[in-house]
Amino acid sequence: MKRPIRTLLQAPSVGLLFLWMIVPLAMTIYFSFIRYNLLNPDVHGFAGFQNYQFLWEDPAFVPALINTLALIGSVLIVTIVLGTLLAVLYERRFFGRNVATLLVIAPFFVMPTVSALVWKNMILHPVYGLLAHAFFAVGLTPIDWFGRFPMVSVIMILSWEWLPFAFLILYTSIKSLDREQREAALIDGAKPVQMFFHITLPHLKRAIGVVIMIETIFLLSVFAEIYTTTSGGPGTATTNLAYLVYSQGLQQFDIGIASAGGILAVVMANVVAFFLVRILARSLKGNT
Amino acid sequence: MESSRSRSWLFGIIGWLVAIVLFFPIFWVAITAFKTEQAAYSPSLIFSPTLESFHEVFARSNYVGFALNSIYIALGSTLLCFIIAIPAAYRMAFFPSAKTQSTLLWMLSTKMMPAVGVLLPIYLLFKSAGLLDSVWGLIGIYTLINLPIAIWMSYTYFREVPSAILEAARVDGAGIMSQIWHVLTPMALPGISSTALLLIILSWNEAFWSINLTSSHAAPLTVFIASYSSPEGLFWAKLSAASLLAVAPIMVMGWLTQKQLVSGLTFGAVK
Repeated sequence: MKRPIRTLLQAPSVGLLFLWMIVPLAMTIYFSFIRYNLLNPDVHGFAGFQNYQFLWEDPAFVPALINTLALIGSVLIVTIVLGTLLAVLYERRFFGRNVATLLVIAPFFVMPTVSALVWKNMILHPVYGLLAHAFFAVGLTPIDWFGRFPMVSVIMILSWEWLPFAFLILYTSIKSLDREQREAALIDGAKPVQMFFHITLPHLKRAIGVVIMIETIFLLSVFAEIYTTTSGGPGTATTNLAYLVYSQGLQQFDIGIASAGGILAVVMANVVAFFLVRILARSLKGNT
Repeated sequence: MESSRSRSWLFGIIGWLVAIVLFFPIFWVAITAFKTEQAAYSPSLIFSPTLESFHEVFARSNYVGFALNSIYIALGSTLLCFIIAIPAAYRMAFFPSAKTQSTLLWMLSTKMMPAVGVLLPIYLLFKSAGLLDSVWGLIGIYTLINLPIAIWMSYTYFREVPSAILEAARVDGAGIMSQIWHVLTPMALPGISSTALLLIILSWNEAFWSINLTSSHAAPLTVFIASYSSPEGLFWAKLSAASLLAVAPIMVMGWLTQKQLVSGLTFGAVK
């Protein structure tokens, strides 16, 4: 096949992705350095680092940064620890394991707005929610989850959504563990705990790395779950970076400040992406 | 022997308990959808099932309209993705160059841009182009978001097709389009259909762009459900009925693609 035709086959994909990668990002960088308010067209011109300064001085900014990191960190810990334990459990044969697997992965396919509203109303509701009924049944006082622990509530919802993802990937990885190696360890008298730390966990290292990075990139942009349950509140208790950018840009229409926040998210994602690309490059090379 | 058998029972019981706990919210939505509003607040499993809530959802809102938007957007973006991705994947799988690996890697790396980093330019571009609240706007965004996955997965499935078969077709005078359509697509069909299911699931459930870029006219089900956040969220039976219809078909699709899901979501880093 002639070279021009080969190039032509690939050109639409390369061209579109190139535009998608460059144009919006360049615009966000540009916006972050100019005065740009949709409600006030008279304000314009170069702003230098003022937008970044305004963002820093925004009372919601530091909480948003802390919330973003707390949210990502907590969801990662919960999903990876529980996901690993579940994967080890499901590695054993038991009655109806395949059907049970379907139930475990099901939450991943529920759209975020449904998960958020169902959890907020039907499960965590302080009077009629399922947890409240359970607390009543054992004689405890139900907890007003969203009132007293709003961030914990959001983290619960997100962990429920992402545990199936972590589980599925770790479970797939654990199934490729070399049977002979394990049997050799058993013959040498390795105890289950030793097996886990010396054989299973090292084998899962790469899969855990992949889960951390993919979840981090998605969790940096968590929005729908917060938008439908708390709108970032009460106060700034559940405002993360994504929600701050939304409220600065699309509610207060200050494009400049919001763009500075967007750039910050991009920088954070790039740090993570750097490592992910290295893992992917290694696995691409392994394929050929 | 005896102890290992009883241990296996124990693992089975724990495994099932965890599965039931994780699935319970979904089960609860499915149950509540068939209750009356009054009965919805009680945790009882004994009730007389009714379709009242479904009737209400259809009568009080343009549910069919939102569902159609979801269908158009999911199918439209998936189709467009394949039209763009398959020629590129064909080229990369059968005529790889020295740069193919790095091109693929670069394509995957475009997935690592957090949506919030480009929200404002996209919003403003859409505003000036009249694409806000339009089905085509969301189809475009989802096509761009999912394109790397479509290329990557098609590429891996195409590589399993022996290139001798394509060469034979070329000798018989088949052009590129005819090779792709008559030889390659049928052979890679199982792979392509599971890729399609994955893309449909991802577009159907995407809620960052749909909430920010649509309001009423082009709003898919994610946005419609978000409108239940207040004060309709207090109507649990209706919320459940609307949610059940929005979630059930996609969940079945997800179960069907379970095997391909992992390599698709991790770009083959975990198999």
